[in-house]
Amino acid sequence: MSNEPVNNGRRRFLTAATAVVGGVGVVGAAVPFIASWNPSARAKAAGAPVEVNVGKIQPGQLIRAEWRGKPVYVVRRTEKTVNDLAKHDDQLRDPNSEKAQQPAYATNAYRSIKPEFLVALGVCTHLGCAPTHHGGDFAEFVEGVPNGFYCPCHGSKFDMAGRVFQGVPAPLNLVVPEHSFTSDDILLIGVGQGDA
Amino acid sequence: MLMKVFTDFMGWIDKRLPVTDAWNKHIAQYPAPKNFNFWYIFGSLAMLVLVNQFLTGIWLTMNYEPSGEGAFASIEYIMRDVDFGWLLRYMHSTGASAFFIVVYLHMMRGLMYGSYQKPRELLWIFGMLIFLVLMAEAFMGYLLPWGNMSYWGAQVIISIFGLVPIIGDDLTLWIRGDYVISGATLNRFFALHVIAMPLVLVLLVFLHILALHEVGSNNPEGIDIKKPKGSVKPEELSKFTFHKQYSDKYDIVDAVPFHPYYTVKDIMYVVGFLFLFCWVMFFAPEGGGYFMEAPNFTPANGLKTPEHIAPVWYFGPFYTILRVIPNAMLGAIGMFSAIIVLFLLPWFDRGTVKSVRYRSKLHLFNLIQFAICFVVLGVLGTMPATPIANLIGAIASFGYFGFFVALWLYSKNENTKPVPERIAD
Repeated sequence: MSNEPVNNGRRRFLTAATAVVGGVGVVGAAVPFIASWNPSARAKAAGAPVEVNVGKIQPGQLIRAEWRGKPVYVVRRTEKTVNDLAKHDDQLRDPNSEKAQQPAYATNAYRSIKPEFLVALGVCTHLGCAPTHHGGDFAEFVEGVPNGFYCPCHGSKFDMAGRVFQGVPAPLNLVVPEHSFTSDDILLIGVGQGDA
Repeated sequence: MLMKVFTDFMGWIDKRLPVTDAWNKHIAQYPAPKNFNFWYIFGSLAMLVLVNQFLTGIWLTMNYEPSGEGAFASIEYIMRDVDFGWLLRYMHSTGASAFFIVVYLHMMRGLMYGSYQKPRELLWIFGMLIFLVLMAEAFMGYLLPWGNMSYWGAQVIISIFGLVPIIGDDLTLWIRGDYVISGATLNRFFALHVIAMPLVLVLLVFLHILALHEVGSNNPEGIDIKKPKGSVKPEELSKFTFHKQYSDKYDIVDAVPFHPYYTVKDIMYVVGFLFLFCWVMFFAPEGGGYFMEAPNFTPANGLKTPEHIAPVWYFGPFYTILRVIPNAMLGAIGMFSAIIVLFLLPWFDRGTVKSVRYRSKLHLFNLIQFAICFVVLGVLGTMPATPIANLIGAIASFGYFGFFVALWLYSKNENTKPVPERIAD
């Protein structure tokens, strides 16, 4: 033991420095534990893009594709449906698709690349249920609108561009996933236009 | 002879670990108020159910397979092929619902007799933490059978985390470990359900009891049984021997040792409780569709939403609050606030009179309306959201939060009755 006087300043500095280094160590050690909760390489591979042949869809018909385990609704809208979209803008929360629920190339009046084809996730933006497609009998939910989507869980309503109506629990329009057309009839879900 | 061997053995142990002292301090010489009533059994019953959940849970893991491919089939296997597997599973599932019934009544007791008030705030907070962990435990456990309601219930709850600004989507991805709820989610929920949460739960229960024994049990009169040392005439002191930890610091009146007085009382009620428990377990294990919901008898299917997604009944009150607010973000905030206000109850109540027996009529009314609103919210949570249900739900939510606001307002200058010094015979 040395008999020199205690240097309190140095002791405090060393204690603080040790605590900081220890803290950094704890944070570093936490990384693998937290990161291991991210999707694994296998899960990421399973989330690869899917192809859909849209050539055989009848006007007014909806088909479901599965991408990353979620239902993707692909609807071939009739010309009348597309033209009618603008008629109920005043009843919608976000008629001009200002919220980023769609890629830039689908931020337009019909929320799609081709006006004919709506591609949207069939996942309600409220709490993730699957809205049901009502072709022709949607007027019972919204007067004067013949086609749309109605979520059976909490009663949210969407039009044929996946835009949400006012006064329902869902806050946002249906999500339009990244998608592109590799040819006239082949739709690729998961890869955006210009990304391929 | 045998007695001497035992005494010598305990002497040997006690020199090395204070077992006899701990037994006396917490059980045989713990001063419990002599006037505990029916409402005071639910703490013991909660412990009983906890033991039941541990035992049956451990046994269920012996045949359960935590994977997206095997989980649902392994439950069928337990139900059909494992000897008494059906019984172990029904004990566990009925136990889950029983746990919440018992805990809600235990909390109601605390509300009625002011058991959260000073100096029992920390005790109350430990209790609330237990409640919170219990909800997490139940939520994760409900995913494990991998039925369709398991799946969609988890979907709804996990999407609530997606409402967190900016990091929401990444957060839900991180919780699920996949782009959708999948085997990865199931596996981590299993790990948390059988290891992490139970460990935390045991620790919290331990702290809850330590905190209780530090400040002492409240009672239906809300009268303190610990009087300042030397303030009580010797002939009025309780005639029982209490552990010196309590009797050195205070003069203890109107108390009996926890054992044998309340252990015997609790055993009597345990028998009654087990009658009810067994009746449900043997004759109505699905609880009329409330303990086990119909869609859960089909395997999880991410492309098929059940007609009507309802949480298990015990989440009903909080789910209704989430749902009646027509904005998803505010709804989630409302739901979490409903739990936060409970945590803060000791500070909402600015009164010093504990028991409802000596508090104002207004307080009694407020308590009753709160209990009614809570039950109404619970019932609505299991029903589809119709406009009329939403209206009633909004009124009941108002009553729920109103309880705390009103309590804060009137408790400062409340018209209370004089509280007696001593608990009457």
